[in-house]
Amino acid sequence: MTKERINMPQLGESVTEGTISNWLVKTGDHVEKYDPIAEVMTDKVNAEVPSSFTGEISEIIAGEGETIEVGELMCFIETKEKKNALNDEKPDNEKEDSSTQTKDNTSMKKRYSPVVMRMAQENNVDLNEVVGTGNSGRITKKDLESYLNNPNKEKTIEKEEVSSEDEEIEFHPPIIRRKPIVANPGDREIPVTGLRKTIAQNMVRSKTEIPHAWMMIEVDVTNLVRYRNAEKNSFKENEGYNLSYFAFFLNAVAKSLKQFPQLNSCWAGDKIIHRSDINLSIAVAHHHELYVPVIKNVDEKSIKGIAKEIHQLSQKARTNSLKPEDMEGGTFTVNNTGSFGSVESMGVINYPQSAILQVESIVKRPVIIDDMFAARDMVNLCLSLDHRVLDGVICGAFMSHVKGILENISSETTPIY
Amino acid sequence: MPVMSYIQAVTKAIDEEMDRDQKVFILGEDVGVRGGVFRATDGLYQKYGESRVIDTPLAESAIAGVGIGAAMYGMRPIAEMQFADFILPAVNQIISEAAKLRYRSNNDWECPITIRAPYGGGVHGALYHSQSIEAIFANQPGLKVVMPSTPYDVKGLLKAAIRDDDPVLFLEHKRAYRLIKGEVPDEDYTLPIGKADIKREGTDVTVITYGLCVHFALQAAEKLAEENISIEVLDLRTVYPLDQEAIIKAASKTGKVLLITEDNKEGSIIGEVAAIISENCLFDLDAPIKRLAGPDVPSMPYAPTLEKEFMLNADKVEQSIRELAEF
Repeated sequence: MTKERINMPQLGESVTEGTISNWLVKTGDHVEKYDPIAEVMTDKVNAEVPSSFTGEISEIIAGEGETIEVGELMCFIETKEKKNALNDEKPDNEKEDSSTQTKDNTSMKKRYSPVVMRMAQENNVDLNEVVGTGNSGRITKKDLESYLNNPNKEKTIEKEEVSSEDEEIEFHPPIIRRKPIVANPGDREIPVTGLRKTIAQNMVRSKTEIPHAWMMIEVDVTNLVRYRNAEKNSFKENEGYNLSYFAFFLNAVAKSLKQFPQLNSCWAGDKIIHRSDINLSIAVAHHHELYVPVIKNVDEKSIKGIAKEIHQLSQKARTNSLKPEDMEGGTFTVNNTGSFGSVESMGVINYPQSAILQVESIVKRPVIIDDMFAARDMVNLCLSLDHRVLDGVICGAFMSHVKGILENISSETTPIY
Repeated sequence: MPVMSYIQAVTKAIDEEMDRDQKVFILGEDVGVRGGVFRATDGLYQKYGESRVIDTPLAESAIAGVGIGAAMYGMRPIAEMQFADFILPAVNQIISEAAKLRYRSNNDWECPITIRAPYGGGVHGALYHSQSIEAIFANQPGLKVVMPSTPYDVKGLLKAAIRDDDPVLFLEHKRAYRLIKGEVPDEDYTLPIGKADIKREGTDVTVITYGLCVHFALQAAEKLAEENISIEVLDLRTVYPLDQEAIIKAASKTGKVLLITEDNKEGSIIGEVAAIISENCLFDLDAPIKRLAGPDVPSMPYAPTLEKEFMLNADKVEQSIRELAEF
């Protein structure tokens, strides 16, 4: 029997840590290789961690609710597999050493001494740009002095360029000093972790970085309602899932984005990138969590195809089984705010996309047509746009296009299959 | 400029002062005919006679007490404690009488006594001949505690102590007596008591210490200079009252401070130095203030291996500096 480590796996390319939400095994349990041993929540997905060995769990190191870095020890397993027996003890120790060292590295790099903080403040230095030569990469007073005496301009500019291109760079929202918010007796405190933390960060980033502009149009979807009502029962019978309005809206948006690629784009600092694929992010809420999975190449899919993917993705969200690849690659977001009764809302753009469309509730309203009142099914579509990338005229044209498609939906223009 | 040993500088300073001022006289155990156990007063009995170089009984309290009395009547006594370890019977005289006389008499009386005592270890002297006792006297306003490191400082500071109108405890490191040599000018000069001295300029780490440890620091600094680690060495020279201005300046210069004493670590002089730095230099510090000191054990051991372990040396100092430099 040899003792092997099971470490936190890399669950997605930019994932650096995971929170163990649930251990599925306990000490002494026998597990087969690839059996799930724990549920882990990252800022992108929830996933199960499989066992890398067949054997008996001998010691659980990381507790439930604990957030540990990728590659850090989760538990030990006693295994009969002999493959790794040779490089068992020593490389393990070395590995442990080096991992603690890298941990030290990261921890000392941003641990500033009083004099370094003072000098950085007095000279307006961004300490991220100073190279630390102290223990574990700590920035010493001398490092800062030599930086101030000889600021390597080239290097700085180079770095800045890299950072503007690198979308993954960590975003630090401006901190506004305020009194700490204290919980009163009886209040419940919920630590901000995982998904909530990511949502918060993305929202702040989007709202601080992107200059949002907003517009709304109203669309008469009486035809759509009629068409969908006529088809929904047989569809459900044949396919086993609902024919939602949302599928029609996604279809209309995808068609319009094909016409107006300016909205299917993102701001990249010194350039604007028009995406060739039309991948629509859709917001799916489950309990207190908000997931934004992506339906790829919507312009190539039938109404049925779209409805099917909506159904699958919301199923996955409900069962916490969304994969990183389900969430990646979105180019434009459509948010089904009508599903919870909203009639008007201002969406926050899904960074780094350049626009988000909110589909509000379909409501029956009196409308004047040919100087006569008529009862029509009306819906508001609200668009938030990145005003760096887009202007009112182009967005108005886009919205009119969407409106045109939706108002003319029928079995001829928009077949379900 | 003549080169002389630490103890020769002591003798020279006393000799010059006795020659200059008739009121200066010596009292202590074996200071006369014998010339002192370390030969600090060698030749002075022959030169100035038994009325100015007085052998006393083995009674430290009396040596201090008689000296204080004489000082109150206008004399300039130099009282010698044979070993600093033996000063304890005289503590009452020194602290309660000498240190407080000017205050107690509302300035009517003064007590210009100099009490010399050899302290420190590394001489295979064990318990009764190795102690560092400066901390006992280092919170007594009215008393000054001087601890020079070089022959030059010895002469200038001992002469200043003798001329000082208030009591001065002058502590000489007994291992330095013959180990440390240096240039000492023939002419008459004094050095200000209460002023620290920069013994070496540097930019990476500041070492603040006093007495024999100054030399360990200088040796370590010399060695580290080869690796481009630049050390500032501040010699306190007077450990009470401390030269706060110099301490603050030296600590702020590099932001990394190593404090060294041969005394037991807890409650030693350097703890006070650390307090001054942390009170004044927070925003100039680049590393925690580091102390290198003797272990907190009752005395310097007799066994050579253990004595070596207890005592500081240049290697230990070098290692500590290196840790700070790399921090």
